[in-house]
Amino acid sequence: MSDRPDLDAWIARTADAPVRDVPFETMSGVPVDPVYGDGPYPGEYPYTRGVYPTMYRSRLWTMRMFAGFGTAEDTNARFKDILRNGGTGLSTAFDMPTLMGRDSDSGWSLGEVGRAGVAIDTLADMEDLFADIDLSAVSTSMTINGPAAVILAMYIAVAEKTGVPHEKLAGTIQNDIFKEYQAQKEYIYPPRPSVRIVTDMIRYTADEMPKWHPVSISGYHIREAGSTAAQELAFTLANGFAYVEAATAAGVDVDEFAPRLSFFFNSHSDFFEEIGKFRAARRIWARWMKERYGAKNERSMLCRFHTQTAGVSLTAQQPEINIARVAIQALAGALGGTQSLHTDSFDEALALPTEKAARIALRTQQIVAHETGVANVADPLGGSDYVEWMTDEMERQAEAIFAHLDDLGQGSILEGVYAGIENGYFVGEIADAAYRFEREINNGNRIIVGVNAFTDGDDGDKELLRIEAEVEEYQLKRLADVKLARNDDDVSRTLAAVAAAAQDPNVNLMPSILDAVKAYATLEEVSMAMESVFGTYVEKAII
Amino acid sequence: MSDEPQLRIILAKLGLDGHDRGLKVVARILRDAGMEVIYLGLRQTTDSIVAAAEQEDADAIGLSMHNAGHMTLAPAMVTAVNDAELGTPVIVGGIVPEEDVQPLLDKGVAAVLGPGASAEDVAQTVRDAVAAAG
Repeated sequence: MSDRPDLDAWIARTADAPVRDVPFETMSGVPVDPVYGDGPYPGEYPYTRGVYPTMYRSRLWTMRMFAGFGTAEDTNARFKDILRNGGTGLSTAFDMPTLMGRDSDSGWSLGEVGRAGVAIDTLADMEDLFADIDLSAVSTSMTINGPAAVILAMYIAVAEKTGVPHEKLAGTIQNDIFKEYQAQKEYIYPPRPSVRIVTDMIRYTADEMPKWHPVSISGYHIREAGSTAAQELAFTLANGFAYVEAATAAGVDVDEFAPRLSFFFNSHSDFFEEIGKFRAARRIWARWMKERYGAKNERSMLCRFHTQTAGVSLTAQQPEINIARVAIQALAGALGGTQSLHTDSFDEALALPTEKAARIALRTQQIVAHETGVANVADPLGGSDYVEWMTDEMERQAEAIFAHLDDLGQGSILEGVYAGIENGYFVGEIADAAYRFEREINNGNRIIVGVNAFTDGDDGDKELLRIEAEVEEYQLKRLADVKLARNDDDVSRTLAAVAAAAQDPNVNLMPSILDAVKAYATLEEVSMAMESVFGTYVEKAII
Repeated sequence: MSDEPQLRIILAKLGLDGHDRGLKVVARILRDAGMEVIYLGLRQTTDSIVAAAEQEDADAIGLSMHNAGHMTLAPAMVTAVNDAELGTPVIVGGIVPEEDVQPLLDKGVAAVLGPGASAEDVAQTVRDAVAAAG
């Protein structure tokens, strides 16, 4: 017993928590406690110190490596590699046409098919993508937003065909449309109908797929587009609040869906700022969910998040040194208490990763997990004056941004986010921060190793992954074959049903989309059926 | 500012690629360097860019490419400019592997700016490309 009743109570509560079968001691054999310092402890409101009491003692973060290139068959082989190599979750990157709801044979897709991810035109491609993988036994993350409903429907259809019931499907679809208008720019429809689609997916998964995370609220892209850490934090959580307001306005109880909202943050190179950001995210989300949105279920208050190291920090110069950057960023993610982690490959400033580079990236986080000892203690930096100050500072900056959005929306964060999209607030703030950063590098006030200092040693000997043009030819033939083999009447009928559902905001879009993809309607056909009702979005060009 | 006429440059993303951070930074760099930037932004086609180049009497076209489509899209832009008999130099920036640079230049691209190019490099590359195009 210690002289700390709150710590004793925490220890008593966690006595039965599962623990990994490893010695919790230092390399030199010194045993270490599960937590140090002051409460509230990990797993206690407001969860600054972690969403779970025993954190990585019970279970390491999920090592989720994003992959996808070429044809669905190519990516399927990479998936199987990842599973064999000890990866514990699948993560899918789609090519640009797919991300924009376009088919491989669209004029817009020229030069982009299978280049930056896998091409999915119809259910047939999704069947190839997950061939010989038991969908009840994996958790799948799909990084897609504008056409997310169609891709999710295809995934459900594959499961149905292989006899896996909806309720066994585990995974995440990014489906965070707000940050598309703010940063990544992969939108199709205007914001309000897009949010209706998201809301329909939240309702559908709440009813049918209890293990599915229908939205991964993503700051990653906001940061990659150039925001500061505090802007990433604030814009992301504000988007989260906006989805909560949208779903509750649609009649779903906050505790019915909020436990399955998850987040996705960037881990950049400023070590303590990142850790402060992660800690602040948990505290802010818990407080707002409880106090502003009246959540009762503790799980609604947990900001569980995925982290990816900062792609934008990778340099094309001396690319091997990116391995060191990734290791440091991965360590910040672990010390920040992430639930899953993607480590970038060192060659990603140049091209999609080679197999070797992707393996080194996975090995990097395995070193953090298994060799450094950081997984032995929950929130090991908690209580450091500097880390606590940084956490408070991140929170303070974020709250100032929430206040601005609340004003813009006259008491509604949802309306504030819509307004900030329409008036260019988000893109303007991000562009300003990106330009400031670039100026600092350019005038030498900020050192980037290998770029504006220590530039010797760039030998230019770089082995890169090349996606050959054959992918496009293969995919076009595949699509043509599917179109030839399908029943055109079924396609027209189901597409008309999608358009009809789009016209009635009281009807959930998901069942009609599922019917259409099962009839092998293409991604673009389904997307255009909705576009015929919802219209398109064209952003005001602001620099 | 010198007495030289102000250069007018079109900046655009050709096709579906939405990565516009680099292009926006370049827009500000060129503006700071005294050029007039006509920022077309996202989701442009070779036709929309040629039309803007004609209408705005542009001295150069800057394309930003991050999705590995440069070997198809950049030559298509050069062809469209040639077909319209504009003679406007096409400059490509973004993620272009070194080994693709010479093939792009061979296909008529005026210059390729890689990641890490300084502000001075960017502005000078545009000036040189415009000068070379006469």
